[in-house]
Amino acid sequence: MAWEIVIGLEIHTQLATKSKIFSGSPTQYGATPNSQASLVDLGYPGVLPVLNQSVVHMAIKFGLATDCEISRRSVFARKNYFYPDLPKGYQISQYELPIVHSGHLDIVLDDGNIKTIGITRAHLEEDAGKSLHEDFQGLSGIDLNRTGTPLLEIVSEPDLRSAEEAGTYMRSIHKLVRYLGISDGNMQEGSFRCDANVSIRKKGDKKLGTRTELKNLNSFRFVEKAIRVEVERQIDLLEDGGKITQETRLYDADKNETRPMRSKEEANDYRYFPDPDLLPVIINDELIENVRAELPELPNARTKRLIRDHGISDSMAEELTSSPAIADYFEEATKNTPHVPAKRIGNLIQRELSAALNREGLSIEGSKISPSMIGKLAQKIEDNTVSASAASTVFDEIWKTGGSSNVDSIIEKHGLKQITDMHTIEAMVDDVIINNPEQIIQFKNGKEKVIGFLVGQVMKESKGKANPQNVNQILRSKLSSS
Amino acid sequence: MHEATIAHLAQSLKDRKVSSKELTKYFLERISRLDTSLNSFITVCEEEALAQADSADELLATGDATPLTGIPIAHKDIFCTEGVKTSCGSRILDNFISPYDATVVSKLKAAGAVMLGKTNMDEFAMGSSNETSFYGVVHNPWDTTRVPGGSSGGSAAAVAAQLVSGATGTDTGGSIRQPAALTGITGLKPTYGRVSRYGMVAFASSLDQAGTLTKTAEDSALMLQAMAGADERDSTSLSAIVPDFSKAQKSAWENITIGVPDNFFDDSLDTKNAQLVKEALSVFEKLGARIKDIHLKHIHLSVPVYYVVAPAEASSNLSRFDGVRFGHRSEHAENLTEFYMKTRGEGFGSEVKRRILTGTYVLSAGYYDAYYLQAQKVRQLISQDFAEAFKTVDVIAGPTTPTPAFRIGQKTDDPIQMYLNDMYTIGAPLAGLPALSMPCGFINNLPVGLQLTGPHLSEEKLLKAGYYYQQETDWHNFVPPGYEA
Repeated sequence: MAWEIVIGLEIHTQLATKSKIFSGSPTQYGATPNSQASLVDLGYPGVLPVLNQSVVHMAIKFGLATDCEISRRSVFARKNYFYPDLPKGYQISQYELPIVHSGHLDIVLDDGNIKTIGITRAHLEEDAGKSLHEDFQGLSGIDLNRTGTPLLEIVSEPDLRSAEEAGTYMRSIHKLVRYLGISDGNMQEGSFRCDANVSIRKKGDKKLGTRTELKNLNSFRFVEKAIRVEVERQIDLLEDGGKITQETRLYDADKNETRPMRSKEEANDYRYFPDPDLLPVIINDELIENVRAELPELPNARTKRLIRDHGISDSMAEELTSSPAIADYFEEATKNTPHVPAKRIGNLIQRELSAALNREGLSIEGSKISPSMIGKLAQKIEDNTVSASAASTVFDEIWKTGGSSNVDSIIEKHGLKQITDMHTIEAMVDDVIINNPEQIIQFKNGKEKVIGFLVGQVMKESKGKANPQNVNQILRSKLSSS
Repeated sequence: MHEATIAHLAQSLKDRKVSSKELTKYFLERISRLDTSLNSFITVCEEEALAQADSADELLATGDATPLTGIPIAHKDIFCTEGVKTSCGSRILDNFISPYDATVVSKLKAAGAVMLGKTNMDEFAMGSSNETSFYGVVHNPWDTTRVPGGSSGGSAAAVAAQLVSGATGTDTGGSIRQPAALTGITGLKPTYGRVSRYGMVAFASSLDQAGTLTKTAEDSALMLQAMAGADERDSTSLSAIVPDFSKAQKSAWENITIGVPDNFFDDSLDTKNAQLVKEALSVFEKLGARIKDIHLKHIHLSVPVYYVVAPAEASSNLSRFDGVRFGHRSEHAENLTEFYMKTRGEGFGSEVKRRILTGTYVLSAGYYDAYYLQAQKVRQLISQDFAEAFKTVDVIAGPTTPTPAFRIGQKTDDPIQMYLNDMYTIGAPLAGLPALSMPCGFINNLPVGLQLTGPHLSEEKLLKAGYYYQQETDWHNFVPPGYEA
């Protein structure tokens, strides 16, 4: 039977404010447990919440970027339940009247097609604390540093039709919030988390199937894997004549399976009601226009512009705009190099720079090589001063010196200048032909691929300094004439 | 000395006829001698009070004093006081020493008032008789077999018995005005938001308001002056400018129109009580006020509305008392659910439990619309009725309570009868309006109160009406027998 998969995501984005949503405590990650919890965060008798206005700005920003309606009046509500890491016994959230609603976001699917995903709503709320069940010998430790950290919960329409689409949508939202500067999107620190509502129905059915909610999927990979395994489970169940139970399920990454946390019957009755301690959030046109004026260029627009202005491929543009900082770096590097195809610069960033950053666990802001140096290096490849492989050596050498050396002196010092003298190359080609008789026979018997190996041997001999195109040319002419 | 009002004592302090230290010692002695029969204090802060009195005397010497500098007062035990037990009348907070001062407390401290201690109250301010306190019943100084009213019963009894010259209270459904009426003193509940709620243990957040219990309206003005004003820590506090209440109340009399709702003179009202209220109105007529009969269409629904809205908010507000971070914690729990059940089961008294259950019920799925939402709609109607009335009258007058103080134990088995004691006082908090109660006579040696309710931010008007009334009458000067000396 053909099944259609229906997915909606609820993404919890931690907003990048200095202080908490209802108190003045700092939101810095990784502090000593309970060192960032004030009396307000601890829910002491008599304390009251006061709204941090910057979260309102951030939510409006997100709303404008996703064509949402901005609510002129939104209301904070209390979601009541007992848990030791929820100090007040209720979470302040928005329920009936969220701050923004009814928007959409275009995502680029793997086949290059664009799909519009509806955004039901995004609402402001406070995070809970953390319960630590290890290290306390049968007791639980409570860390309330995270209590009151501002979150924007972004709820999508059930418009996603595969695990891959869900992953793409999540990446697009991730990219967007970082472009907007409203979240650092740090998934290791829990700044960007996701729950997925998953159901299946027979192809052609209008009615939605019973859904399950997968909790706390904190990486793009896990979202896709969890959805895949949950869809499989649902299909197996229905095809065996079973029924889906509406329930919350937890994804176990180690076992790659989902298992029930609590069913609808056991679900809490949260007894939502408007929080009488907080006034409704009133937003006027002036505020909306002020925020609109601050909006940066959005990721989709920037990708399109890079393709248009710099003539790079869709996929390179997509990757270079994965964060605003990388796109800034790329554009900075192309500034003073009008005669270098931007693709060369893009390649250096995607290969050499990203490898070096990964190796040292740095973000692009921590790059030891400036954008203008990358531009200059690309220039040297373009005008044949160095080969691409020598350029890689130049890059590593500059990186080693922490960016203090310059491109020309490194090329000079390490003798990396490309060999363009044909006689020198011919001599090296001859050596390679003599030393690899077996491969020569293979080539002559029609095994074209061997040429790559032979070019590689010459390049190795030249320590990467020969021009590979020249080598290829000379090698072919020698082999066909002999 | 104890018969003197805050206004008189302030003058004596200013003229250096008496020191704050002398006053403080004098009142501390009265508390230790007389409070055994009343139980109006939960905590007496002798050391702190004497130290504050010393600082006050220094200020008085330099001339930097406010009218409250050196005046001995007490706080209802619902206000957080740094380093001092803040119990809210509950076992669950019996071991709670607050690490901070409520805004009301710090403002009165800054004005130089000396805190003698923390007064008894109904547990979490839930009660109309001060019988639900974990610290025992408070006795009415006019008849110690009777209740002082509640929930600010400790503050009311202490001021009435002259153990202190003024006290703070809180009013959610009548908790300042009702005990003021039953103990023969003046109680003011300001406009919702006029005084910060920060540091006041929350009962029903949309109704709770701090106010004053004093002998006279003149003293109410002095205390309110120090307490009122916007607070950046309370989003619901009002940014309205705080006028000079004392100056305003003593300004030349202007003829006002007093609305008298027929609803307040129904069968529930004791006939003698009705008579005394009518006599009080004639005092205003003599002053030149015009009396106008009015009708508040939905006011009869205020008790049922209140007993949906207030418990709903309370059920959520009291969730934080879970034994995890402060307060009582059960030693007998085997798992988390049991931990909550035992901690809260042991920590809360039966009236608090009743209201948590009621509140949880009216907010639950399937009942929310029928109860909570419906109650909020009726609350709107009640507010509109008041707003409509204030288009033609300046203040609304009536009795504060249907009867004088009842006997201890008389209504404890019948919560509905107990709740109906607040039938005249609940309207004002539902509409967020200020209201004042002051003594207007006696029935069988028990005081009764006249209530004046005004539009939003009309404290000046109410305090002025109170001041002029008290210039014409002397009901506020009576002292309960046995507490004269």
